[in-house]
Amino acid sequence: MLVLGIESATAQVGVAIGGHEGVLASAHSARDRRHAESLTPQIEFVCSQARVELSEIGVVAVDVGPGLFTGLRVGIATAMAVAYGLGVPMIGVSSLDLGAFAVEHSRRLIVPCYDARRGEVFTANYRSVPGGVQRLSDPVVCTPDELLASLMAKSEDVLMLGDGAQRHREVFSSISHVEFAGTSLQYPSARSLVDLAHPKALREEFVLPSEIEPLYLRLPDAEINWKTRDGR
Amino acid sequence: MREREGEAETGSAQLILGIETSCDETAAAVVADGHDVMSNVVSSQIDIHARYGGVVPEVASRAHVEMMTPVIAQSMVEAGVEPGDLTAIAATVGPGLIGSLLIGVSAAKSLALVWDKPFVAVNHLEAHLYASFLEEPDLELPVVVLLVSGGHTMLVLMEGHGRYRLLGQTLDDAAGEAFDKVARYLGLGYPGGPIIDKMSADGDRDAIAFPRALSKQGYDFSFSGLKTSVVNHVRKNPEASDVDVAASFQEAVVDVLVTKAQRAVRETGAKGLCLAGGVAANSSLRERVVEAAAADGIRAFVPSRSMCTDNAAMVAAAGWWRLHSDGPAGLDHGASSSLRLPTYV
Ligand SMILES: [Zn+2]
Repeated sequence: MLVLGIESATAQVGVAIGGHEGVLASAHSARDRRHAESLTPQIEFVCSQARVELSEIGVVAVDVGPGLFTGLRVGIATAMAVAYGLGVPMIGVSSLDLGAFAVEHSRRLIVPCYDARRGEVFTANYRSVPGGVQRLSDPVVCTPDELLASLMAKSEDVLMLGDGAQRHREVFSSISHVEFAGTSLQYPSARSLVDLAHPKALREEFVLPSEIEPLYLRLPDAEINWKTRDGR
Repeated sequence: MREREGEAETGSAQLILGIETSCDETAAAVVADGHDVMSNVVSSQIDIHARYGGVVPEVASRAHVEMMTPVIAQSMVEAGVEPGDLTAIAATVGPGLIGSLLIGVSAAKSLALVWDKPFVAVNHLEAHLYASFLEEPDLELPVVVLLVSGGHTMLVLMEGHGRYRLLGQTLDDAAGEAFDKVARYLGLGYPGGPIIDKMSADGDRDAIAFPRALSKQGYDFSFSGLKTSVVNHVRKNPEASDVDVAASFQEAVVDVLVTKAQRAVRETGAKGLCLAGGVAANSSLRERVVEAAAADGIRAFVPSRSMCTDNAAMVAAAGWWRLHSDGPAGLDHGASSSLRLPTYV
């Protein structure tokens, strides 16, 4: 089954297509946050590079976040429309799962960490297991110091990756057994998305486009203000 | 118009799927030949934003992404058309809230790609101008359009399709914004326009002589002074009846809008006067525009309320004209929050 993967949760936007032979074609760009401009042409490009007709796509996989809201939604809106337009089901995957999956063979505690702006990061803990990675904690948004404290408490060898880890590298460097993955892993990739979604597609772990839910982890500011007003 | 529903697919009619997400309405519609509305689905977020007293961009974007595909699917089902029946897919690319616009643009371009149809980029302001054509396809040009909404207040001379002259616009608040601000000050709730409209029916529109900013040259508008005098009046007269304040305020706004629109019609020799935009749903404004046109012996075009507020039928109508005049846009098209009406002179 051919999987179209759409990924736009971070400063990068990417599309990949693949199936049982692995990824057949992919495109990624990370300049100027032109996600909405880039995404549709990228889909067209990877399909032509893979010599695949759009009608051959069996499932649309999408990164549901956490990530930067506007870009994330561009990817989700695009993926939903493609799935609806083709009449195919969807698979939603977290950006953090994609990051961890890219280093699935590490024996360290895997900690993807993406920049959430406002001095915070999106993160979760993973461990390598046969056939992939297992998430050990719920995705959260927190400050680098909070993440540092939780990692210090674990006293385990840690592998950190993502643009959040890069940005706050000085904070995390104070953990004695931390290693940082290179810049090639600073963003989740559409290639990982296709690799991760393909076995799910074979197991028919599908959802309808209407069941895809962005993982925001943060309420809109207005809602926070409204809830805290007068102790509501 | 509606009795022809579902018929167009068998003929040679050109069907445009329109998509609109510039503010707080998620909308999709199918329109044949620029005027025959086959479906017009609008999912309004008014209730979601009411507690914040205005549209919150992040809240709007979240609702758009959730509603976009279901709304498109419903518009296709209600129109009774298949993707293959469509001629093109049009979406609002600006002006509006950038995060909201991007969702409609992304969905529209994706469908254009997978259904192999041209994508048409539509200016939201131009779409409002085309609302009149949905109900009056044979509307005779030139017309003066009074476009009044929560975000815009402008007088436009429409001389031909795609040929607009901006006669004047607001120098500060949009008319709809003035309604919202006054309603908020009086503690009436959100959105202010419909609330004040309803209250005004029970009030005396001549009770308070609020100032009319008519002295300004040309066709520009200003509503901030009026808002200030409402605040000052209520401060000095705390016992003033809310319905009288509301009715007198509304009368002042309508008076300025209609007086300038009527002057524009006279000075340009336009054949008609059109109302457009969300504030065009105001009952007093509708009445006064009809009266003003009748007094000058010209035609008034007052679209039904559902065509005045944001909808995708007007986007599909404008998209049909744009497809014929400019052709399709590229799939690398983005959105622009500050897009202007394409004018000349
Ligand atoms: Zn509007």
